[in-house]
Amino acid sequence: MGDHGPAKGFGRWLFTTNHKDIGSMYLWFSFAMFLMGGVFALVIRAELFQPGLQLVEPEFFNQMTTMHGLVMVFGAVMPAFVGLANWMIPMMVGAPDMALPRMNNWSFWILPFAFTLLASTLLMEGGGPNFGWTFYAPLSTTYAPPSVTYFIFAVHIMGASSIMGSINIIATILNMRAPGMTLMKMPLFVWTWLITAYLLIAVMPVLAGCVTMMLMDIHFGTSFFSAAGGGDPVLFQHVFWFFGHPEVYIMILPAFGIVSAIIPTFARKPLFGYASMVYATASIAFLSFIVWAHHMFTVGMPIAGELFFMYATMLIAVPTGVKVFNWVSTMFRGSMTFETPMLFAIAFVILFTIGGFSGLMLSIAPADFQYHDTYFVVAHFHYVLVPGAVFSIFAAVYYWLPKWCGNMYDERLGKAHFWLSFVGLNLTFFPMHFVGLAGMPRRIPDYALQFADFNQIASMGAFLFGFSQVFFLFIVIKTIRGGEKATDAVWDNPEGLEWTVASPAPYHTFTTPPPVK
Amino acid sequence: MSTDTNSSVEGYEHYYVPEQSAFPILASIGLFALIFGLATFLNELQAEVTGAGRYVAIAGFAMLSATLFSWFRQTIIENMSGMNSAQLKRSYVWGMGWFIFSEVMFFAAFFGALYYVRNLAGPWLGGEGEKGQYMELAKMWAASGYEYTWPPLSTPDEAVNGAKAVFQGAGEGNSMYPSDAHNGLALWLPMWNTILLLSSSVTVHIAHIGLKEGNRAKFKGWLLATVILAIAFLFLQVAEYYEAYVHLGLTLESGIYGTTFFMLTGFHGFHVFLGMTMLLIMFLRSTKGHFSHDDCFGFEAASWYWHFVDVVWVCLFFFVYII
Amino acid sequence: MRLIGKQLASKLLWVLGQVLLLPTLLMTSVQAFGASDAVVDEAQRWGLNMTEGVTAVSHEIYDLHMLIFWICVWIGVVVFGIMFYSMIMHRKSSGAVPAKFHESTAVELAWTLIPALILVMMAIPATSSLIKIYDSSEAEINIKIVGYQWKWQYEYLGEDVSFFSNLTTPQDEIYGLAPKGEHYLLEVDEPLVIPVNKKVRFLITANDVLHAWWVPALAVKRDAIPGFVNDAWTIVDEPGIYRGQCAELCGKAHGFMPIVVHAMEEADYANWLAGKKEEAEELKAAMSQTFTMDELYARGEKVYQANCVACHGANGGGGLGPSLVGTGITTGPINAHINVMVNGVAGNAVMPVFGNQLNNIDLASVITFKRNAWGNNMGDQLQPVDILTFKKNQ
Ligand code: HEA
Ligand code: HEA
Ligand code: HEC
Ligand code: CUA
Ligand SMILES: [Cu+2]
Repeated sequence: MGDHGPAKGFGRWLFTTNHKDIGSMYLWFSFAMFLMGGVFALVIRAELFQPGLQLVEPEFFNQMTTMHGLVMVFGAVMPAFVGLANWMIPMMVGAPDMALPRMNNWSFWILPFAFTLLASTLLMEGGGPNFGWTFYAPLSTTYAPPSVTYFIFAVHIMGASSIMGSINIIATILNMRAPGMTLMKMPLFVWTWLITAYLLIAVMPVLAGCVTMMLMDIHFGTSFFSAAGGGDPVLFQHVFWFFGHPEVYIMILPAFGIVSAIIPTFARKPLFGYASMVYATASIAFLSFIVWAHHMFTVGMPIAGELFFMYATMLIAVPTGVKVFNWVSTMFRGSMTFETPMLFAIAFVILFTIGGFSGLMLSIAPADFQYHDTYFVVAHFHYVLVPGAVFSIFAAVYYWLPKWCGNMYDERLGKAHFWLSFVGLNLTFFPMHFVGLAGMPRRIPDYALQFADFNQIASMGAFLFGFSQVFFLFIVIKTIRGGEKATDAVWDNPEGLEWTVASPAPYHTFTTPPPVK
Repeated sequence: MSTDTNSSVEGYEHYYVPEQSAFPILASIGLFALIFGLATFLNELQAEVTGAGRYVAIAGFAMLSATLFSWFRQTIIENMSGMNSAQLKRSYVWGMGWFIFSEVMFFAAFFGALYYVRNLAGPWLGGEGEKGQYMELAKMWAASGYEYTWPPLSTPDEAVNGAKAVFQGAGEGNSMYPSDAHNGLALWLPMWNTILLLSSSVTVHIAHIGLKEGNRAKFKGWLLATVILAIAFLFLQVAEYYEAYVHLGLTLESGIYGTTFFMLTGFHGFHVFLGMTMLLIMFLRSTKGHFSHDDCFGFEAASWYWHFVDVVWVCLFFFVYII
Repeated sequence: MRLIGKQLASKLLWVLGQVLLLPTLLMTSVQAFGASDAVVDEAQRWGLNMTEGVTAVSHEIYDLHMLIFWICVWIGVVVFGIMFYSMIMHRKSSGAVPAKFHESTAVELAWTLIPALILVMMAIPATSSLIKIYDSSEAEINIKIVGYQWKWQYEYLGEDVSFFSNLTTPQDEIYGLAPKGEHYLLEVDEPLVIPVNKKVRFLITANDVLHAWWVPALAVKRDAIPGFVNDAWTIVDEPGIYRGQCAELCGKAHGFMPIVVHAMEEADYANWLAGKKEEAEELKAAMSQTFTMDELYARGEKVYQANCVACHGANGGGGLGPSLVGTGITTGPINAHINVMVNGVAGNAVMPVFGNQLNNIDLASVITFKRNAWGNNMGDQLQPVDILTFKKNQ
């Protein structure tokens, strides 16, 4: 063994234990899900292009909203980050592979099955899940279509996949570092993933518990979420958001790691405040466990709870601010160039911060009485998720693609992709702030006339943004198939072990640990 | 290969990275069939039809178990043939540790639910507290005479709908408290279960000591004792459920008390079953001469799991039965 | 290290000073333009910002919103200002040489503490507003609001007045077969009526799934949770008609359950309430009356349009619910039909239990209507007393 190349044929992918193969599969899978979730979003945007019901019935619209949220969160963003972790973490810490390679493959292969099952619910009698990605009971229990049972089990196995993936990542980071790679020498991407994996292991089981309670209420007559039996529908929300809030940080912490790798490279200056970055990440993770009820300001919690969750939520601005300031200081007095990864990283810093600001506004409980469940919330979370999580993934792909496949992408095309995305995304999501403030509720297939203009703009932006992503697919395929050969370092003096191996990275790297200074 | 072999670090043991493996994909297919069949089966039950769901589920379960069995077998063979470095063994240690942590969080969700319904939602329904104060005014449960107690003797549903209620409280006998008239402390089943489970934690520990001492008879004997205690526990739990369902009328449908009681003890019981299975396998392995004082991770993992199950029980005993 | 910290700090301060000037200029110019009515009108038509509303609380929330908004804008201006400054000044192409510094405890401490202080400044007014919003004591009028799929019920506690409020926008407008009216999707048959300048307390709950009762102009948004009661209150300053929508996903017609609040002068309100009570009396009297087939049919058709059309279709052809044309219940024994209407369908939560949502006249007429419409031609009819008898015999 050792220096084997990849196996031949289809079996390579089915049976592989190689972290790079598995990473690639995760990334391709996630992109496919991104397109699928994106098509659902385009159905939503097409229906909302003007007032009135034109294309789809409300029932189907709700299914689109639900599936869009679920597929984007669990199918697109999370697997993309796991894919990046698979590819990069062993190379970054100088390990021969992930700690538990066979289980790694299992974590991946569960996903296509889980999502096939989830997507197939759309074709079932009574339709697919139509209760929002937050699936509040009792709409998702007593009033749900029969396909909800399949949905519940799909969530169960997705959770199993995430937990196994995270255990693997933690074991790799804690146990597989090359001698000399102390914790405080690890690249930030590794750090952020270590903490993310911890979050995942802590909250995915809670989600499993949550859907299990639903299953019991639906099929076995329990009364977790039914007041008539002594339960409470709000209990659902507490359990869900105990998972759900850390979940949103799960979708952003690895992004912080990526941006912290890219900005120093193109500013040609070491990352400012490495240690405080680590502490900030840990603080965000800690705080994320005690803020969940900010999604529930309007459920009528007692005022003490309301105040506690408001203060705790506001506090998150502090460690997040530290990160933003550190990135800005890294750029400050650097020597900057603006290749595609850097463009995406800079857009990340700006637009994520804007999304963070609207998050802070939402955290003010009295004001949230006006914002809650409007498009202002939709604008908030798309600003942190699309130019946040998704842009960071684009940045990562442009940044590491030459290392993966040995070829440089076409810089002109990359920049074009960036600008198209940038314009499209702002056209789509910025106007949502306005309609939200003006009073448009979310999850509605039709709206009052005063919201028409901004919705029209948003819909046009969505199509522009969507089709730019097909262009991205083209760029990636073109790069894999050929192009200018990349050097081993790829960029000007980047930091990290991954740049010390050849481009493309050999099938097996660091079968013996590298020396770490 | 350019730089990855450029140096070797002193004292480094090779980390075994398995080649291609069919287990993961087979396990995925098995898992998929299992859940797909199970969901179909449940929906068939709901719709009162008979279909293929149960067979798909059974086939999936069989495939998944067979795959996992071979998978573990393979892993054991690899370990026995000395392919695993100390570092690789540490990976298993981390893996098991974090897996147990995930299980802790799973139980946390249910304990959290218990806390919430007992201390917050329940009183509100009964018209108490900051959020209960308007129940009367709004002519809801409390206005129909629902009073909150724990354990609840009836459900809000019953207060309003009487015998027509969907959620029928368990009435008089729904408490499993030691103070119950028909149950003296000595006959109080949960206490016996606690004693059983606590002592099984001790026996498994003694078995571990035996193994460390190289005393295989001690190891095997106490391990077998642990398995027997586990089976006894499960037996008593079944008896308790039987009692609850048949004599006390306490069921899953008995409103929130039955819900939390059966979900917490049920999931715990299921985990006892898993742990018991693990220990049994470890016992069978021990009879084949597996494990040595410095290489016994499989056994240790099972025993950690067992201690975890034990700790959950102690919490359960306290939160569900005593207070 | 300390030296670098100082240098960095002074540099930062300088840049800060520069960028702080910018938005001041910008704002004054916007204000100069903003004075023109055209701009204001245009902004209003497009609906850019949160409504200021018509209650003390809504004004307070609006101010809070604007306060936080401007704080965020200023922080943004500073942060992005510095960022753009370095992106312009420190680019490789213009020969910038990278500095070496990479940490400074002083600066890092500053940008931890200063935001924390800013947050405290935000938290103070937020807390006081919240306490005010939560104090629903000493209300003069209590109204129970119940969310149903997909309509609202208002019950004036202690007054014996209770009614449902349904969307009135015709299906044709929704499906683009007729031009959309001014209050498209925001119009109802019976609005909630409240007096101005009185503290009105809402006790909000739901009958089936979660809903949320939201009227932006009152800044009241509270979830309606089946089995639990939430409270909220308002004191409206100005008479007027205020519109809102259900704000919690509640199924198919979540987008189609508007809220209309009609705030009246006190005297008008008293009149209205008296009228409502009279109506209730009349209704009670009518319960024992006998109606003709035509009366029942006509009334039943209205009831059907308001309550059933969403699920059973305009011509009874079905949709979310089954077809009612020529099938089992509608053309079967009449008692089974009454049973479905009064008690719902056993084991199915989607078909509502209409027994206490519709009065006996409405129940009798909608059943009569269904049995004779769309070619069902059963020819039989029901009187309100029949329903009463049925309910009694249960
Ligand atoms: C990647 C995902 C992500 C991230 C990172 C965040 C980040 C934050 N979110 Fe968001 N959020 C979501 C995803 C995310 N959110 C989603 C998906 C939902 C909707 C779920 C649903 O209902 O479907 C949601 C909803 C949501 C709500 C509920 C709204 C409602 O339904 O009524 C709230 C309320 O408090 C909130 C708050 C915040 C806050 C305070 C942050 C903070 O972490 C932001 C911190 C960042 C900054 C503040 C900017 C940078 C800081 C500085 C420059 C320092 C100085 C600044 C100040 C002192 C102001 N979010
Ligand atoms: C990471 C998460 C993520 C991402 C990336 C996105 C991306 C997008 N989202 Fe959304 N969104 C959510 C997470 C996300 N979203 C969540 C959690 C919700 C809440 C759900 C709920 O309420 O329950 C939500 C809800 C939501 C709504 C509100 C729906 C409602 O309330 O009813 C809207 C409305 O405009 C919207 C729009 C979009 C758009 C236009 C994009 C665009 O970025 C999409 C870009 C489009 C593409 C990428 C498509 C490209 C493909 C093609 C052009 C076809 C080519 C085909 C082939 C090659 C085969 N999203
Ligand atoms: C929320 C959607 C919904 C609304 C509103 C609704 N129904 Fe239904 N209805 C259903 C569903 C779903 C069923 C099927 C229940 C089943 O058979 O399991 C049903 C069943 C019925 C049946 C029995 C049909 C049969 O042949 O079995 C009748 C009669 C009926 N509805 C009449 C009405 C009337 C009259 C109204 C209005 C006053 C109404 N429904 C409003 C959803 C609705
Ligand atoms: Cu009612 Cu949404
Ligand atoms: Cu949150």
